Amino acid sequence: MQLVLEKRSERSGTIALVSPLIAIGLTIVTMVILFAILGKNPLLALHAYFIAPLTDGYSLQEIAVKATPLVMIAIGLSLCYLANAWNIGAEGQFLIGAVAGSWIAVKTQGTDAGAWVLPAMLVLAAAAGALYALIPAICKVKFGASEILTSLMLVYVADLFLDYLVRGPWRDPHGFNFPITAEFDPVATVPLLIEGGRLHLGSIIALLVVAAAAILLGRTIKGFEIRVVGAAPRAARFGGFNANQLIILTFAVSGALAGLAGIIEVAGPVGHLQPGISPGYGFTAIIVAFLGRLNPLGILIAGLFLALTFIGGEQAQIAMKIPLDVTKVFQGILLFYVLACDSLILYRFKLVFPNRKVVARGAG
Amino acid sequence: MQAHQRMLDPTPNGQHSVESPLLRTIGLTKRYGDFLANDCIDIEIRPREIHALLGENGAGKSTLVRAIYGLIQPSAGEIHWQGERIVLSGPSEARSRGIGMVFQHFSLFDNLTVAENVALGLDGKESFKDMSARLEQVSKTYGLPLDPRREVWQLSVGERQRIEIVRALMQDPKFLILDEPTAVLTPQEADQLFIVLDRLKAEGRAILYISHKLEEVKRLCDTATILRGGRKVETCNPRLETAASLARMMVGGEVKEVKGASGRKTTVPRLVVNDLSLAPVEAHGVRLEHISFELKGGEILGIAGVAGNGQDELFAALSGERLAKDPGTVVIEGIAAGHLSITQRRKLGAAFVPEERLGHGTAPRMRLSENALLTGHAASGMVHRGFIDTAATLRTVDRATETFGVRKAKRDPEAASLSGGNLQKFIVGREILRNPAVLVVSQPTWGVDAGAAAVIRQALLDLATAGAAVLVTSQDLDELAEIADRIAVMFHGKLSAPLSAREASREKLGLLMGGSSLQPKEIAHAAGA
Repeated sequence: MQLVLEKRSERSGTIALVSPLIAIGLTIVTMVILFAILGKNPLLALHAYFIAPLTDGYSLQEIAVKATPLVMIAIGLSLCYLANAWNIGAEGQFLIGAVAGSWIAVKTQGTDAGAWVLPAMLVLAAAAGALYALIPAICKVKFGASEILTSLMLVYVADLFLDYLVRGPWRDPHGFNFPITAEFDPVATVPLLIEGGRLHLGSIIALLVVAAAAILLGRTIKGFEIRVVGAAPRAARFGGFNANQLIILTFAVSGALAGLAGIIEVAGPVGHLQPGISPGYGFTAIIVAFLGRLNPLGILIAGLFLALTFIGGEQAQIAMKIPLDVTKVFQGILLFYVLACDSLILYRFKLVFPNRKVVARGAG
Repeated sequence: MQAHQRMLDPTPNGQHSVESPLLRTIGLTKRYGDFLANDCIDIEIRPREIHALLGENGAGKSTLVRAIYGLIQPSAGEIHWQGERIVLSGPSEARSRGIGMVFQHFSLFDNLTVAENVALGLDGKESFKDMSARLEQVSKTYGLPLDPRREVWQLSVGERQRIEIVRALMQDPKFLILDEPTAVLTPQEADQLFIVLDRLKAEGRAILYISHKLEEVKRLCDTATILRGGRKVETCNPRLETAASLARMMVGGEVKEVKGASGRKTTVPRLVVNDLSLAPVEAHGVRLEHISFELKGGEILGIAGVAGNGQDELFAALSGERLAKDPGTVVIEGIAAGHLSITQRRKLGAAFVPEERLGHGTAPRMRLSENALLTGHAASGMVHRGFIDTAATLRTVDRATETFGVRKAKRDPEAASLSGGNLQKFIVGREILRNPAVLVVSQPTWGVDAGAAAVIRQALLDLATAGAAVLVTSQDLDELAEIADRIAVMFHGKLSAPLSAREASREKLGLLMGGSSLQPKEIAHAAGA
C-alpha cells in the first residue's frame, strides 16, 4: 500500500477554502505538543491563546487594533505576490511611512496648525512607503536584482534610520533621555471611534482598503492583469501585459499601504515615534496574506486571527509565563503548514494498492 | 566492442515471421486516477519486424511505450521479454536487457559535444576514448554521419536525432522504440532514416515505430497496432489497408474532408513584412535575416520548415511580443506596426494563435472566460472604463463553444482541464470570433485529434474566404498542402520566396527545408541589394 499525490484536473475550490483551516488545525496540534514539552498544560495554554482574548471587550478592541496594520499591509503584499513580485520588506516600508508621517507631527508640535495635519501625515507616509518600496522594484526591473533580498535588506536600513532619529534630532527634550519623540498633538492623532476605547479610525480605513482590493481584483482589468502576470507570465505577455510595469505598480501600492499602516499605528495606538513600534507587523503580514489565500476577504479574516495570536501570546505570558517568542514560533509553524496544505488544492492524496501478482484481464 | 548480428530475413516483406515474439504485453493497463491511459493492451513484437503503433494524440501510445521501456510501472498486466515475464525497475534495466528508445523530444545538452552527450547517456564503464571510437564506428556502419567533437547547439534537428539513434544503437539493442521520429525531419531526411531502419530490421532487430503518418507506416511497417482511447482497436498488416481505412480505425469514424471555397478572391495587402531582421534574444537562438513577404486578404500563406529555424522568432516579431526597431518592417492593414505592442496590433485588426496552447495561448489555471479576456480586452467590448464585463466574456466562451464544437465538462472550466483539441478549437475560435483582418497562427493542429484538426483547418479556410489574410506556420506539409495558397520555407532564420501550392512538391519543399536551394537566391539578393 502506498500513499501518492495525484494531480487534480482542476483546482479544487472547496480545498482552497478548507486548506487554511487544515493548516490552523495542524498548527494547534503542533503547539499542543510544544506546550507539553515546555511543561505547560496544553489546554490552559490554548485557552489563554485563543479563548481568553475573545471574552472581554477590551481584548476584542485590541484584536481589531492589531489586525488593522496586518490587514492593510497584507492586502498590499497580496497584490505583489499575485503578480509574482516578492516584496518581503513591508516592515521597512511600514517604518519609513511612520517616520515620514511623524516628521509633520514633530515639526508642527506645539504650533496651532489646523486640521490639515493628520491628512497630510497620512498622504506623506503613503508616498514615502511607496518610494521606499520602489527602490527594490526598480533594481529588479533595471538590473535584475533579486527583490526578495533587496527589499528585506532595506528593512534594517529603515529600522536604524528610525532609531537614529528618535535618539538624535527628534528626541523629546523632556523625555528623560528615552529614545522617543514627544506625544503627538491632538490634530496629529488618529481619532478614536469609541470615546475611552482603543478602536480608531484606522480600522475603518483598513476595511475600505479590503473593499477596494476586492473590487480591483475581482472586477477590473488591472486586477486581471495582476493575476495573469503571476499565474502565467508568457500568456500575460501574449495578452499584452507588461510584467515589469506591474512589478513597479504593485510594489508602489504595497509600499504605500505599509507606509499608511505605519503612520496610523504611530499616530493612533502608540501616540509618538519610538523604536519597536512594530512587533514585526510587516513580516507577520506575509503570513496573513498567504493564510488569507491572497484574497481580500480571506486576508481580513486571517488578519483578525493572527492579531488574536498576538493578544493571546501576551495573555499566555502573563498568565502562564510562556515566553512571548512562542507567538512567533506559532506564526512560523502556521506559515509552514499553510504553504504545505496548498499543494492539496492542485493534488489529492490517494491510497494505491499495487497489484503485482493477480492481473485482471478483459476479454480479448 | 560487441559484434552486431547480421542475419538475413527469411520471410518476405509483409508476412509475420513464425518466430516467437521478442516482446509481448498481456493485458497491460495503466491507470491515472479515474483515467485509463492503457486498458488491457495485448501486443506482440517479433524479431525482424517493424511494428507500427498508430493512434491519435491521447490514444495511449506514449503510455504504452513508457511502460515497455520501464519509465512507468503498469497498474496491471504483464510484460514478457523473450518468453520470460519481466518487471522493469527502470530504463537502465530495459537498456541492459536490450530495449532501446529514441524519444520525440531529445534529451541533449546544447553546450556539450556529441561524444560527451553520448557518454552521459551510456551506462557502461568504457573509457571516453574507446567510447568515442565506437561512436564513430557505429555512426559510419549505419550511414548516420556524426562528428563526435561538435557541440550540439551547432547541429540541425536531424543531426540531433542521429545522436539519439546512435546512442541507442551503441547498446546493441534487440528492440528499438522510435517515438514519432519523422515529425522533425525533412522528407529527404525521413527517407534516409527509413533506409537505416530497414537495415536494422535485416540484422534481426525489432522496431516499434510510433507515428500518425499513415503513408509512412504503409511504406515502412510490417505490422500495425492501432490504439484508440487507451484500448487496442486492431492489429493488422498496414500494406493491406488503405490510408483511409487506417484513419477510420484511428479516429473511430469518418474524418471530415476540409473544403476550400473555389472562387476565393485576393484583395488588398493586409500583412506586409519588409526586410525584417532581428538578433536572437537567447544564446544559440535564431537570427531572423531579411524576411520579406506580402500577404493579401483572402489568401493563406503557409510557412514550412523544420522546427527551430526561426519560426518562433518570426511569430514573436509579427505578434509584437518582440518589437522591431524600424516600424516599417511589419505593416498591418497599411499601418507601420513594427514598433507597436501586441495590444496595439490587435486593435489594428490582427489576431495571433501561438504554438503552445497552455502557458502561452492561455493561462492554464484560469477559466475560459478569463482566457477570452486575455486577448479580447483591447478591442472586443469586454472592458468598460477599466471594469470587466463578465457577461461579455462568457458570451465569447459560449459563441466559441457553439461555433467550433468545444467539448467541456461545464460552462466555464479552467483551460488546463480541456483536451488539446478542444482547447485549440477554443483558442482559434476566440480569435476568429473577433473577425480579424490578419490571423497569424503557429502549428494550428499540433497534437490535436483528427476531428478537431479538420474543424480548425476549415475555420482557417472560411476566414480567408471571408477576406482575411491568414499566415500559417506548420511542420506538417500535408496540412499546408491542404489549406495554403502559397508556401514558403524557413531555414536558418531566412524565408524562401513563396511557391504556389501547386508547384510546391514535397521534394521541392524538402530541399528548401534542408537549406539546399537557398544559396543561389541569397547571392541574387545580395547582388540586387
